[in-house]
Amino acid sequence: MAVRPAYAKPRPAGGSLELYSWLFMRLSGLLLVFLALGHLAIMHVIHSVEEIDYDFVAARLAGPLGTLWRTYDLLLLALALLHGLNGLRVVIDDYVHTPRWRAVTLTALYVVGAFTLVLGAVVLFTFQPQLGS
Amino acid sequence: MLAWALHRISGLGVLLFLILHIADTALILAGPTWYNRFVAFYHAPVIRVMEVLLAAALLYHALNGLRVIALDLWPQTTRIHERLFWVAGALFVILFVPAAYFMLRPLLT
Repeated sequence: MAVRPAYAKPRPAGGSLELYSWLFMRLSGLLLVFLALGHLAIMHVIHSVEEIDYDFVAARLAGPLGTLWRTYDLLLLALALLHGLNGLRVVIDDYVHTPRWRAVTLTALYVVGAFTLVLGAVVLFTFQPQLGS
Repeated sequence: MLAWALHRISGLGVLLFLILHIADTALILAGPTWYNRFVAFYHAPVIRVMEVLLAAALLYHALNGLRVIALDLWPQTTRIHERLFWVAGALFVILFVPAAYFMLRPLLT
């Protein structure tokens, strides 16, 4: 049996969790076109990974402009991670059929997902730049 | 089918990198020594090529995602879905070639 293209699934019926998932993927996807491609353009095309070190990140996240970048990064972190985790959840739904393996893979997905989301948020909220180190 | 398969593969690739990237960014809390030690890994030429592949995956996923949103919002565009795929492909080339050039230029000189 061929696997049907998941994103081409028709809009799910009203009120279900799958409807919100479907809607979230489209809304977050639209925002991520700007947030994620913007992040890539700034860090990798305008700047370059060669420039990125502790001092670069510290200067970027310091001061009032730093608060703006932290907000941008937090939005990018949350949307990208939730979009990616939800995408992988759909992939697991498609390929993992035995109840045991579904439980294992989905639990791993949620544990890793929650841990990384919290870790990323902790960094953005607590990082105190040591300037001129 | 090809558009869909590439959408999944590129999405999974970007997610894997995202998890790695959140972990490496967290090293910033350990201070300059640890952060700089790890980030030096991203400066290696092989990794720079993988960085360009990551950009390609993200750009493809974004452009094809926009095509999917258009097909969902305006079902009548289903008639021209194949043409939309080639429009996304053309935009991909237009955006990716200069971006890849700027990203790889330091390696070429």
